[in-house]
Amino acid sequence: MSGLQVTDLVVKYGGAHPVTAVDSVSLSVAPGETVALLGPSGCGKSSLLGAVVGIVDVDSGSISWDGDHMTGVPVHQRGFGLVFQDGQLFPHRSVARNVAFGLEMAGVPEPERRERVDELLELVGLAGLGSRPVTDLSGGQRQRVALARSLAPRPRLLALDEPLSALDAELRGRLAVEVRDILAASDTAALVVTHDPAEAEVMASRVLRMREGQLV
Amino acid sequence: MTSRTRLHLGWWAAAALPLAFLGFFFLWPLATVLVRGLWDGGFDWAGTWAVVVDPRTVDAFVTTAGLATLGMVGSLALGIPCAYVLYRLRWRGQVTVRGIAAVPFVLPTIVVATAFTALLGRSGPLGFLGWDQTVWAIGLAMVFYNTSVVTRIVGGSWASLDPRTADAARTLGANRRQAWRHVTLPALMPAIASAASVVFLFCATSFGVVLVMGGTRINTLETEIWLQVNQFLDMRAAAVLSILQLVFVAGILAVSAWARRRRERVLGNRTVDGTRPINRRDLWVTVPTMTVLGLLLAAPMFTLVSRSLRIPGGWGFDNYAALFTDPPRSVLPVSVWQATLNSLVTAVIAATIATGLGLIVASLLARRGKRAAVLDGFVMLPLGVSAVVVGLGMLLTLNRTVLGVDLRGSWWLVAMAQAVVALPLVVRTLVPPAKAIDPRMKAAAGTLGAGPLRVWTQVEWPMLRRPFGLALGFAFAISLGEFGATSFVARPDRPTLPTAIYRLLGRPGAENLGMAFAAAVLLAVLTASVMMVSERMRTPLGGDL
Repeated sequence: MSGLQVTDLVVKYGGAHPVTAVDSVSLSVAPGETVALLGPSGCGKSSLLGAVVGIVDVDSGSISWDGDHMTGVPVHQRGFGLVFQDGQLFPHRSVARNVAFGLEMAGVPEPERRERVDELLELVGLAGLGSRPVTDLSGGQRQRVALARSLAPRPRLLALDEPLSALDAELRGRLAVEVRDILAASDTAALVVTHDPAEAEVMASRVLRMREGQLV
Repeated sequence: MTSRTRLHLGWWAAAALPLAFLGFFFLWPLATVLVRGLWDGGFDWAGTWAVVVDPRTVDAFVTTAGLATLGMVGSLALGIPCAYVLYRLRWRGQVTVRGIAAVPFVLPTIVVATAFTALLGRSGPLGFLGWDQTVWAIGLAMVFYNTSVVTRIVGGSWASLDPRTADAARTLGANRRQAWRHVTLPALMPAIASAASVVFLFCATSFGVVLVMGGTRINTLETEIWLQVNQFLDMRAAAVLSILQLVFVAGILAVSAWARRRRERVLGNRTVDGTRPINRRDLWVTVPTMTVLGLLLAAPMFTLVSRSLRIPGGWGFDNYAALFTDPPRSVLPVSVWQATLNSLVTAVIAATIATGLGLIVASLLARRGKRAAVLDGFVMLPLGVSAVVVGLGMLLTLNRTVLGVDLRGSWWLVAMAQAVVALPLVVRTLVPPAKAIDPRMKAAAGTLGAGPLRVWTQVEWPMLRRPFGLALGFAFAISLGEFGATSFVARPDRPTLPTAIYRLLGRPGAENLGMAFAAAVLLAVLTASVMMVSERMRTPLGGDL
């Protein structure tokens, strides 16, 4: 089985009011395919995404890539990227050094790194802005940097958590198309979480609907 | 081993270092004090009780509570009008005055005590008042110290108080005074109560000021502990007094925590800008308040500097030159300059240890959870124990060979004691900025292939660098001026600058007094410079000190 395979995944949150955020969900994403997870806020779609990437603890079920189990693998060794709703850019690093972060972690040598960063900034339409501090960027530019940063180390799967919902409506419409084209151009498998049906239709080749922790 | 178990193990491995440090240099000494106070070949309640009801103890307890009350009332009386003038009103130059008003708080206690001795001592310009070795002189020094605390806490609350609430009272027929009494004062009350309890705690644990200015006549629990150790050589009595002081401080802390909870409840999360420009009608409160504050701050410091420059028959730098010469052995075994070097060395070691451990603790506390709360409470413990008790504990416990290392009179014990005292403040400086780092930013680094260690070096550390600099400066300044614990563990032949000043003050002769004044000026300048440099590291999230 190639690509991402999620089987009977359960995520629970303890505490005073325990909740089952993800209730035995199974899904798959083929290499190069973009799948959207659509649902109202609080339906568990972000928890599902977090569990796949490895930043949310799984209670039961399994996550695998090309048949290899990922459930016990720590987040930094999974090779799955994640774009946050608010970018989560590193404020102490310039645009280029944000994009270069994953490459530095992978030990990519400097000349190659610079080439890849330029290539990605070109791809997301920010060529020439590499030396800017990220604090100077507009909301749309930040999300482009976040996307470039996640794509740079060539993740096997890119998870996007409401990547456009912090932006205004006009920009959101334009960027949704761009993100789809960028994902297609980089041939990366992607799992997009969104609450906006139109956005899901534009970005994904397949839309899964989620409600109260389950796929419907 | 699953990744989650590995993570747990990693957390405890990192926590082991601060836990071991505090266990060895704080908890063990503290336990020794408790045992020595209650145990004498068996549980000896009668012996303990005999010390508790000894007239000297009762006297010291009453004096401690009385002085703390005096200091608290005085600080509130001056601090509340200061809060109004410096925070509620807006005027040009206000920020500078706020900065000056905050200076006393960072001065070492021994400097403040020396300055007030210079002012109120028998040979001082105000010696004619006859306040030398009286509670009034000590109370004044406490007000000098703590007015800035009241000003900051109450001022912060006052500046964000919605003025329209008082306006509403006025439209309902209240006059100015009624509006103040029935609307403004109740709204400020939680902040005032919180400031009062903090100041009471500071005054009740104020060791250096009482030891220097109280002379032989005025003894608090803290100075009585010191006397029992250094003059009567009665460790048992000192331990019992320490237990009393522990219980007393715990009581104050409980009241203070209660006041803080109420303050949070009242403040809520709505903040408004309640400041207004100053006008002519404010002068009747502004002018007297600023005059009193100015005199209180300037008089002792000015007298200290001027008397350090006074020599027989005129003025000169002779007292400063004397700091570099070896005084008679009966006065000090080494030159003041050598004591200064000792202080600098121990402060560097203490600050390095305290900030190193503090950084580990802050990084661990940034990952919230139950065990984080436990660790937080544990490292804050030294804050609830006065430095004198820490010093006594280390003296009783570590005055021997441990694991083959002879600790008796080891000079680096001084550094350890200072690190214990500085650690809670370092942690309080580092934790807010560490917690302010969004956990999702660390997760972002994780999804880009960074393991836990590289997440720390590449993401957390760059964002903690400036607060770390601030904490390092704080810890260095605290260690440099630390007197309470140091006076118990510093070897007589290896004094620090504060203990040397204390020795000089206690020796007869104008030249020794002159040297003490010059040395105090030196210590004040050193501390103030360190604080000024480290304040530049302050960020909007530079801790809640």
